[in-house]
Amino acid sequence: MKTDTRSTSRLRHDPLVRGLGWASALLGVPQAAAPAGFARAVGVDGTSRHRSATTLVGLRELAAATGLLGRPHPAWLWGRVGGDLMDLTMLIRALRNHDGRGRGRTVAATAAVTAITATDVYAAVTRTRRSTPMELTAATTVTRPPDEVYALWKDLKRLPDFMAHLDEVRVTGPGTSHWRASAPFGTTVEWDAETTQDDPGRLLAWRSVDGADIDNSGEVRFEPAPGGRGTEIRVTLRYDLPGGALGKAAARYFGEEPHQQLDDDLRRFKQIVEIGEVVRSEGAPGGKRARGEFPQHPARPLTEDELKEALA
Amino acid sequence: MKATCWTGRNTVEVQDVPDPSILNSRDAIVEVTSTAICGSDLHLLDGYVPSMEKGDIMGHEFMGEIVEVGPGVSDKLRVGDRVVVPFPIACGACASCHAKLYSCCENTNPNAGISEKLFGHPTAGIYGYSHLTGGFAGGQAEYARVVLADANVLKIGPELTDEQVLFLSDILPTGYMGAEMCDIQKGDVVAVWGAGPVGQFAMDSARVLGAEKVIAIDKETYRLDMAAAQGYTTINFEDTDVRSALLELTGGRGPDKCIDAVGLEATHGASHVHLYDRAKQAVRSETDRPHALRQAILSCRSGGVVSVIGVYGGLIDKFPAGAWMNRSLTLRAGQCHVHRYMKPLLDLIEQGRIDPTRVITHRLPLTEAPTGYDLFKNKKDRCEKVVLTP
Ligand SMILES: [Zn+2]
Ligand SMILES: [Zn+2]
Repeated sequence: MKTDTRSTSRLRHDPLVRGLGWASALLGVPQAAAPAGFARAVGVDGTSRHRSATTLVGLRELAAATGLLGRPHPAWLWGRVGGDLMDLTMLIRALRNHDGRGRGRTVAATAAVTAITATDVYAAVTRTRRSTPMELTAATTVTRPPDEVYALWKDLKRLPDFMAHLDEVRVTGPGTSHWRASAPFGTTVEWDAETTQDDPGRLLAWRSVDGADIDNSGEVRFEPAPGGRGTEIRVTLRYDLPGGALGKAAARYFGEEPHQQLDDDLRRFKQIVEIGEVVRSEGAPGGKRARGEFPQHPARPLTEDELKEALA
Repeated sequence: MKATCWTGRNTVEVQDVPDPSILNSRDAIVEVTSTAICGSDLHLLDGYVPSMEKGDIMGHEFMGEIVEVGPGVSDKLRVGDRVVVPFPIACGACASCHAKLYSCCENTNPNAGISEKLFGHPTAGIYGYSHLTGGFAGGQAEYARVVLADANVLKIGPELTDEQVLFLSDILPTGYMGAEMCDIQKGDVVAVWGAGPVGQFAMDSARVLGAEKVIAIDKETYRLDMAAAQGYTTINFEDTDVRSALLELTGGRGPDKCIDAVGLEATHGASHVHLYDRAKQAVRSETDRPHALRQAILSCRSGGVVSVIGVYGGLIDKFPAGAWMNRSLTLRAGQCHVHRYMKPLLDLIEQGRIDPTRVITHRLPLTEAPTGYDLFKNKKDRCEKVVLTP
């Protein structure tokens, strides 16, 4: 699995990306509609060669506008950079062969395109931080029948009881829910999710809706285990972690070994199914919050303050 | 309360610590009336088992009286009940517990992830036995928290003394399981490596299960004397070649069944192999000392069973796979599934067919636990088994 860029939903709300989209539209419309006038305005003559070049530039700008405003993707930003370089090449050639009439306007246009190029390069570079797609899978077997296990998982507000990073899941409507998870540096990330598949006793699938801090999706399958051993549970989680330093920190927070974290989450789910609660020891009194941290609390009873904190 | 705490390599101290409290709804708090020092505590003491933290409370053999129960404990148990606590914590609800493999319980080790890395699959939580087995406080203390109490403890009537039933928590079932795994047939000759308390109980169990001749192998004469007093044949490996002696004793066949009740405490073996092991252990690239296991495999008769109840923690090399494979040996092992054996062994005690008190050589107050460790570890004063009373 290799997706190369961050999610489109974040770019859609990015003011710079939207600004560049509108700038493309504002330039593209006169270029395409009145190429001769535009060519004259930047100080090059209205010969057919310049006219058709301007028309093509206009169409390119309109395509970029549609892309950036409709389905934003860093590729469109890099497309603009490429276009800028073409424009600069043409303008410099025009300057070199200039007949003198309107030369000042051409110089001004060249300066403007240079500034736009700088802006586009900045936008393209900063908005092309690679995201880290992450797919995690884990499986366990519990000694209870699929219907019962499915029902427990479907009770979404109980997920934070065993999933280490989840703080709260609130059901907001039929098939929709709001999730809050802890993130690095004491911050939280939140998102709305929608149920995408619900096959009672067999399958639950969900994904975050547009505008999530971290795009994610997941599914859990319940199958009868052979030999009447109960239920095999298979979980798949997909995260589209934003790139850059924050993304790296987030990935680390989700675990140097994210698979281990999911395994541990599932182990606690098994405990809830089979014995009703998450087992605590004196060394790991925080239950799901213990997260296998070492060094642990020594294996001796807790003081009253430690106890309050652990059971909070 | 007072508790025996590990404070670093080869040191334990009796310290004042907070009283235990209910952390899970099916917990019970037990006022400890008797507890013991086990051979496997020595692996923790010297740091051979990783993941000890300074301040950990030691002890996984204990019994006492219930003084508090959590809200989720079934009415099978009440305050005032006298109970023996098995050392592995079982949940009674997972597939392993359903299969009576209690020490492999899938739900009771909060540090299962670490145990899984070392062993492939996680093992059960154990009291006072490092953070690898969950980080549970131990029972060498005035009070102890018992987890999932109604699925674990064995209730004891007032007729039997603490000393008669205390070892149902670990060493008696462990020794018994060592013999049971041998599938002993009438007339079998059984050799037991290690005449410590577990080895002694493995010998007693082998006889109860029908062995005709039991051979004890150790180097401590007082331990061999203890076995001889029960009518067992003895071999002192310090002055005798074990394999030759075993062949001599069995008409050249080798023992039908062999029990390794030593594990990583074994210190004998061919000197060059021993040196190699010591070097590897010094750099921690070999954590186990498998002399007894190698010798048992090489000595066992073809088609026999080698049963391992001695504790192993990590990896061993120079495993005699050729002997094992070519001579159709069966190798069986396990951390004891104590719960399975508690009731049947209680019956044997009541019938007088097994006397667990015979291994006790030292009785000390809890406050003298460090002395107890010293006596036991250094085999001073003919020390076989130390019982501590808070
Ligand atoms: Zn033990
Ligand atoms: Zn279990």
